[in-house]
Formats: sequence, C-alpha cells, structure tokens
Amino acid sequence: MSEIASNDYLECLLKSWSIKPTESQSWLNQLRSQAIDRVSAQKLPTKRDEEWRFTDISSLTHLPYRPSQSECALQASDIEHLYLNEAENSLVFVDGHYSPELSKIVDQAALVIGNLPEFLSTHSATLECHLGQYATFENNVFSALNTAFLRDAALILVPKNVSVTRPIHLLFIATQQEVTSYPRCLLIGETGSNVTIIEDYVALQDATYITNSVTEISLAANAHARHIRVQRENTHAFHFANCAVSLAHASHYQSASISLGSHISRYNLDVRLLDEAAECIIDGLTLISDRQLADTHTCIDHVKPSGTSHQQHKCIVDDSAHAVFNGKIIVRPHAQRTNSSQSSRNLLLSSAAQIDTKPQLEIFADDVKCAHGATVGQLEQEEIFYLESRGLSELAARNLLTYAFGAEIISRIPVTSLRQQLEQAVLNQTQGK
Amino acid sequence: MIYENSTTILSVQGLHASINGTEILKGMDLTVKSGEIHAIMGLNGSGKSTFAKVLAGHSAYEVTAGSVQFEGKNLLELPPEERARAGVFLAFQYPIEIPGVANTQFLRLAYNTVQTQRGREELDPLEFDDFVREKMKLLDMKPDFLDRSVNEGFSGGEKKRNEILQMALLEPKLSILDETDSGLDIDALKIVANGVNQLTNKNNATILVTHYQRLLDYIVPDYVHVMQAGRIVMTGGKELALELETRGYDWISTNKHSIAGEVA
Ligand SMILES: Nc1ncnc2c1ncn2[C@@H]1O[C@H](COP(=O)(O)OP(=O)(O)OP(=O)(O)O)[C@@H](O)[C@H]1O
Ligand SMILES: [Mg+2]
Repeated sequence: MSEIASNDYLECLLKSWSIKPTESQSWLNQLRSQAIDRVSAQKLPTKRDEEWRFTDISSLTHLPYRPSQSECALQASDIEHLYLNEAENSLVFVDGHYSPELSKIVDQAALVIGNLPEFLSTHSATLECHLGQYATFENNVFSALNTAFLRDAALILVPKNVSVTRPIHLLFIATQQEVTSYPRCLLIGETGSNVTIIEDYVALQDATYITNSVTEISLAANAHARHIRVQRENTHAFHFANCAVSLAHASHYQSASISLGSHISRYNLDVRLLDEAAECIIDGLTLISDRQLADTHTCIDHVKPSGTSHQQHKCIVDDSAHAVFNGKIIVRPHAQRTNSSQSSRNLLLSSAAQIDTKPQLEIFADDVKCAHGATVGQLEQEEIFYLESRGLSELAARNLLTYAFGAEIISRIPVTSLRQQLEQAVLNQTQGK
Repeated sequence: MIYENSTTILSVQGLHASINGTEILKGMDLTVKSGEIHAIMGLNGSGKSTFAKVLAGHSAYEVTAGSVQFEGKNLLELPPEERARAGVFLAFQYPIEIPGVANTQFLRLAYNTVQTQRGREELDPLEFDDFVREKMKLLDMKPDFLDRSVNEGFSGGEKKRNEILQMALLEPKLSILDETDSGLDIDALKIVANGVNQLTNKNNATILVTHYQRLLDYIVPDYVHVMQAGRIVMTGGKELALELETRGYDWISTNKHSIAGEVA
C-alpha cells in the first residue's frame, strides 16, 4: 500500500466524522484536536514498521469503514445470553455507542460508574487528570483515531478504600457492517480500592467491521484491580486495541487477556510501574485457527524499585493461523530489586500454523531478578502416550492436552460463568475436527 | 500365585525392539499365566522400561522380530488405547504431569472410556466421585488430589500412588508396574503393596519391575527374572531376589538363559 493511499484513508476517516465540540469542556476539545493533528501527521503502519513486521493490515483500506451509527435496535432480550450472572453492573455499548437501555447499574451510590459524558461537568478536574494521559497517541495512529473520535466511554471510578465485590461487565457489541467503532474505557482506582472489570468484545453479525478500542487504567497507592479482557469478535473483524495501565505505590494489577476472534487483531498492553512495590500479573491466551492473525505486544516498564511482574502468555495456533507475541520488559536504572518473570508457551496444531514470539528485555539496573523463557512446540509424544495407555484414543488425548494447555490460563479467571463459557469455547475449538 | 490349569495371559517370544535405530530388546521370552506375579530385575539400562512400554504400545519403539500374544490375541497389532481397553495397564516409572486437567476429570474419562468398551455403564461426575473416593481410601490418598491437575506438583510417592489408583479403577488383566516402589517411604511402600495385593486375584496377573528386594517382601513374586542387555538371562523363584541383593549381578552368565541354582 502506498503512503498516499494510507493518508487518504485516514483523511477520509476524519472527514467522515463531524466532531461536535463539547463547549463546556475545553480540555476535552483540546485533547481531541491534538489527536486529530496526530492522526494527520501519521500513516497507517505497514510491515516495514518494526512493531508491525508480522501484521499486514493493508486489507483495512479496501473498504471505507465509516464511523458506526448511534441508532441501536437491540432489546435486552437479544443480548440476554451475553450478560454475566456474577456482574451486577453492566455497561453495554453497541458499535461503540453507550446504550442506557441495555446497561444495568446498581452501584451508583458507592462508585462513579456510567457513560463518560454524564460526568464531564461533575468530575471535570479528575477526568482531565486521567483521560488520554496514559494511552498516548503521539506515535500510535489507532490511539490517536480513537481519541479524535472520543465521545462515549465506560467510566469507572472506585473511591478510596471501596471494594467492589462483584465484577463489572463492560460489554461491547458489534452489530453494524463495514463500520469502525471506537470503544473507550477509563478505570480510576483510588487509594486502597479494589475492583474487577471484564472488558468483553462480541459480535452479533458475521460481516466485516473494525473495532478500535482504548482502555486506560490508573491505580493509586494500594489499589487493586483485576482486568479480564475477552476478544471474541467475529472472524471477519479487525480488532485494534490499546490498553495502558499506570501503577502507583504498592498497587496491584492482574490481567487475563483472551483472544479468540477477529480476522486480524492487535492488542497492545502497556503497564508502567511508576512507584515502589507495584505489582502486576499478566496472563494471555490466544486461540486461533483458519487464517486468523492475532498479534499481542506487551510492555512492562519497571520505573521504580521493588516492583514485581509475572507474565505468562500462551498461544494455540491451528490451520494456517498466525500468532505473534512480543513481550518487552524494561527495568529502568532506579528500579533495583525488581522481580520479573515472563513465559511464552506456544502450541502449533498444524504444520501451516505459525508463531512468532519474541521476549525483549531491556535491563538497566543491576540488582534484579529476571526470568524469561519461550517455547514453541507440538504436543508431547509422552503425554499423548500416557493418556492412550489409559484408554483414550489419540484424538481424545490430543484434544484433552490442547484443552489443558489453554485451560491453565482460563482456570485462573475468577468469574465462574465466564470461565465456563471460555472453557466451552476452547473445547469447541479443540474438538472441532 | 501359581494355579494349576490357569490360562496364559501373556506370551512373549523372541521379541526384538529398537528405538531410533538402536536395538534395545534382543530376544525377550516371557510367559505369564493368570494369578501369577512376575518380578523383573536387572541393571540400569538393561531394557526393563523399554519392555514395559513396548507391551503398552509406545509408538517410538519399533518391534523388529518376535511375537506378543495377550489372551490369545496378537497384542502388537493393537494401538495403545485398545491394549488398555483390553486390559493391559502400565504404571509408569515416571508418571507424566498434565497441568490444566483436573485429576478427577482425567480419572473419570479413563474409567468411562474403558467401561464403555467393556459394555458397562458410565458413571456421572457425582457417582464417580463416590466410587473414586472409596478406591482412594485403599491407598490412603487425600481427596484433594482429585481437584489438583494430574500429577502436577505431586511428590514422587504421590505420583506412584496415583498410578496404582488408576490400576484400581481400570481393573486390568495384566498390570505392569515399572518401579512403582522407587521413591516410596517405607509406610507408603506398605500401603501401595497392600493396595496391589488387594487388586491381584486368580484371574489377573502382575509384572513388577523393581531394583529392590524390599518390595518383594510385601508383594511376593512367583517368579523372579533377571534382564540383561535386552533379554531375560535368568529366572528363579522369590529367593533369587535375595541372592541378587547380596551378590549383585556380576555372577550371572550373559551367555545362556539359566535357571537359578544351576550357576554356582
Ligand atoms: N530414544 C532412545 N534412543 C536411544 N537409546 C535409548 C532411547 N531410549 C532409551 N534408550 C536406551 O535403552 C536402554 C534401555 O533403557 P530402559 O529405560 O529400558 O532401561 P531400564 O532397564 O528400565 O533402566 P532403569 O533401571 O534405569 O530404569 C538404555 O541404554 C537407554 O539409554
Ligand atoms: Mg526403567
């Protein structure tokens, strides 16, 4: 794809959207116009960009993918199967637009939860401090686009020392064809707070579309957050997502990102441990087949001493699918006594399947514990034989082992109904043949 | 125990097998009748585990000569799962860990697969739970082993007990226990031996691979065989194990198959 075509494409995207200034909030207008400037100054990444060398998104420009419409014809009964039992609070976005009818909010007294525009006048100062401050768009055209189009967004602010016992479900549903939607989430965990959010991408149609999402999470001192992210778009979708996490003193971030859907998906997760004793646990599972491509780039940045990060990423790749994992870990000069581990384990189920995995350690401190390892393989012959010797057929043995490979990540998700759905999804994929 | 007129369960004749082009088994002969317990001893690397895995059907080994009849059927033409369903059971020297699969899920799957094959009813998770807990008592295993991943993080002795638990569930005709005693403390050894003794009867048979006479105090063999360089070079009664314990293996002639006592 030539640069001209790429720039035209971005320009068309921008023009197709009439940005209505929110007069009362000049900071937000300013943020948007900065983002628009950055979109204009950048190009769509190509395989010539180091960060995108395995992921060819040129097919994106084959269709205009206009911004999605805000009309929503869905009834609660249409999406009954998508709600999660455990979640009392569900924020539902259809093609990126907030749907108050489909959402359920019960904790309005204890926390700030809802659609961003509702809080712009009451929480302006706080929002200005956080929104757009972590997911920077200087050099990221997708974040820039998302910010340029920023209007609706899931907002959760958990006040000081408040523990939210039930998980909060953020449900993003794709219904329109050949459109782009721009989901956005902001989670602010104040000092000592505790919350679990489930960011869930699903489709109720089979045609192509683009999801371009940005999630920002800011945890103050001693705050805890669990972040479960499920990407189960349809297999014609393009999914581009950026998540940026900022961790203050002794805060604790635990995430599980599950990628099942999309024709092409790219997930960037950036976690910065900005103060001492911050901790993060990052799990990832990619399970793809046919001609899917799933690219995960993570960056865990230890800025201050005594931080801990543990990362485990697994990919199961079948047919001629292609998974990419790039896991960067930075330990800055002051970040002594950092304890960091990263494991990338990959299972190839067919000879045409492909995995590119790359750990990238940039360690500038000397007193650190840093373990990392990557394996790519087929199922172990000895494991298959063990199961066969107990009466299981070779196929049943292979299916069980493949399932187990993925289930190790899923079993750590603390939401039973979601865990069961995901286990079923893995079962369907692994036993589909 | 040796019974008169008992039927032959296993008949191995002139068995040669190789792995990656290296011949490991070089003319194994062994006949096992129902009710019998056979011990196979021998130096490290003599081919005991290879023999066990060839019987169970490991695909990495190539049988180049000889025959194996199991209850009158040609065992070598069956894939491993059909051997298991037909009643061959191998307790592994090194049981495999399977993270992500709950032990109970694995045990039930194996149990139901084999039951179905034998034309019996499957058990649902609740029924199976009762059934397996009963069997676990036999081996003094704590119920929490059911919820953990198969063998993951189990101690050496716990893995061996889990193997015998599987034997108890699958009720094999022929059990091959490859060094099930290694790594067991003396209490565990007694418990496991007691479990095995309760599972043996005049309709099934057991092959014990072991390095230690100690096990044979608890599970008394009818025959003791010595393997060397891929074949059985000596066969005797249980007293042969005692003799090996004191004299080692040096004195055994590798040239001809001897009956213990003949060689001074
Ligand atoms: N993949 C292989 N390639 C070549 N040689 C092998 C292979 N696997 C096993 N062997 C060799 O086969 C021989 C027999 O091994 P086996 O495990 O059967 O011995 P064993 O009698 O069970 O020993 P131990 O008492 O130590 O358990 C050994 O010399 C071993 O090194
Ligand atoms: Mg051995």
